[in-house]
Amino acid sequence: MSVKVGEPVGARREDVRGRAVLERVAGSQVVWIALILAAMVVVFGVLRPHSFATSFNLLNLVSDAAILLLLAIGMTFVIVTSGIDLSVGGVLVFSAVTAAKAMSAVGAESGTALWLGPLAAVATGLAWGALNGFVVAYGRIPALIVTLGTLGMSLGGALLITGGVDLRASSRLNLGLGLDKDLGVPDLVWISAAVTVALAVLLAQCRFGRHTYAIGSNTEAARRAGVRVERQLVKVYGLAGLLAGLAGYLSLAKYGITGVSAHSTDNLQAIAAVVIGGTSLFGGVGTVLGTVIGVFIPAVLQNGFQILGVKPFWQQVVVGAVLIVAVYLDQWRRRAGDH
Amino acid sequence: MSAGPDTPPPDTPPRTAAPQNPAPHHSEPRRSAPRGASTMDAPLLEATGIVKSYGHVEALRGADFAVHAGEVVALIGDNGAGKSTLTKILSGVERPDAGTIRMDGVPVAFDRVERARAAGVETVHQDLALCAQLTPAANFFLGREVLRGGMLGRLGFLDHRAMRERTRAECERLGVRLKSDTVPVSTLSGGQRQGVAVARAVTWARRVVFMDEPTAALGVVQTGRVLDLIRRVRDTGVAVVLISHNMQDVKAVSDRIEVLRLGARVARFDTASVSMEELVAAMTGAASGGEDR
Repeated sequence: MSVKVGEPVGARREDVRGRAVLERVAGSQVVWIALILAAMVVVFGVLRPHSFATSFNLLNLVSDAAILLLLAIGMTFVIVTSGIDLSVGGVLVFSAVTAAKAMSAVGAESGTALWLGPLAAVATGLAWGALNGFVVAYGRIPALIVTLGTLGMSLGGALLITGGVDLRASSRLNLGLGLDKDLGVPDLVWISAAVTVALAVLLAQCRFGRHTYAIGSNTEAARRAGVRVERQLVKVYGLAGLLAGLAGYLSLAKYGITGVSAHSTDNLQAIAAVVIGGTSLFGGVGTVLGTVIGVFIPAVLQNGFQILGVKPFWQQVVVGAVLIVAVYLDQWRRRAGDH
Repeated sequence: MSAGPDTPPPDTPPRTAAPQNPAPHHSEPRRSAPRGASTMDAPLLEATGIVKSYGHVEALRGADFAVHAGEVVALIGDNGAGKSTLTKILSGVERPDAGTIRMDGVPVAFDRVERARAAGVETVHQDLALCAQLTPAANFFLGREVLRGGMLGRLGFLDHRAMRERTRAECERLGVRLKSDTVPVSTLSGGQRQGVAVARAVTWARRVVFMDEPTAALGVVQTGRVLDLIRRVRDTGVAVVLISHNMQDVKAVSDRIEVLRLGARVARFDTASVSMEELVAAMTGAASGGEDR
């Protein structure tokens, strides 16, 4: 880069930084997928203004996505460390079952149940997540295997506890938190949004996030720099479990049942959302904002296709193709970046 | 790798006490080891009788090493001599199976990287140990992040600006030019990456910097810069340990040379008065007239 003599150094630096920021924005997957999502919303809105682009339909869409969003945010942290968590669906169900059991033990309609339930769900999720983290970090077993194992254990455990029959949520929970709205938006959505914002800040602005990225980028370098890699991994998997537990409680509130057989593909949906959102499966790269968009692309597609009368199976086909393209772009970018 | 003397020099005369320094062999009495160029009392960092095995492979068999404040010591040896293992042990990455590490004459346990770092020991690893997806500033401050003031800092919020400005200042001070400090390290050239890794270590090192092959990936001009940098670091009173295959670099920048062979120190030299042939002889074992172990 040649510089004219006498040019003010400060101005040059600002100029260079401005251009670098522009280049990064243009090269960032988040921007592109945000445009794709916006385009999809516009197309469906134009095609079916009176059924798609209604606040009722969009609120429904958002509220359906709120629970998956929690799983996907936790998955984002895990994948940024270059790990994976296949157990989220099982942990969700197991946590919902523990919550339902705990609530009925103290009287399902009692006031105690309303704080014991979420506490039980979140604590259960955290315990499963911490177990994942411990085995991955200290046992040095690949996360794919560990979380596949705990997926089976948690789903099987939930079936054992319930005897395969869904437990029902108390009507106080189902008709309360499950239906309550503030400012016209369901409380489930508010909760999910608040958690998302907090964790987006945690990943981007805090030391916790920095260490998460560092582990995914170069575990050995992070260790040599003094990052407590094992502890951080336990925390990250614990966080993913905790969010799955919270999702379990919200799911119990929303649907009124524990849904023991309804969550076997949650992990794949969450992973797809994270990857579509620009998080690299190889670790070190990813944003919570990207994951939010990545959750909504399949959700909008499904909703739009239903309204257009396209067979809903097409959604799976399209999401699968988008997923492959997203990973392809990621690998291509990595190769370009390494040289 | 460049110009490593893999072949023994022709017709090295057989010598019994090869090096100029009076302590050629590890059979020296440990506590009263004679010193090299330095006139100081206890060495800044001293390792005695370090043993390290990986499975059945003995990487270090009672290796000794010493470095004094304000000197550049080159640690040389053929491939497999144990240079990298010794470096890892002295920087807290690996734990020795046996042996003592002393700083200022006081035994220390570098059982974690943090311990060595807290003692003022930093390392530029051969693979640079950079996180490619993070910015130079993030790498610079990894594990020692600057947090914001007040409540936000207690919640773990990073002070991005402070870290970026300090990184830029340190890099400029050391002549490392970054075209942008907001892009990931993976977009930098090999020389710039090396510059970031070296600048990071030098910035944090208060006592000793280990540099494991710091010029391996560099061109002539950049190598010259790193060598200048090594001299400047030494002049600030920080000891530099240079691990290198490049005898030109070693001759150009070091004050003393310690030679490892088969996991033990076999010779120490003053750089000013040693010939290339003598170095090669010590590295290959020709000096002591064959196997000494």
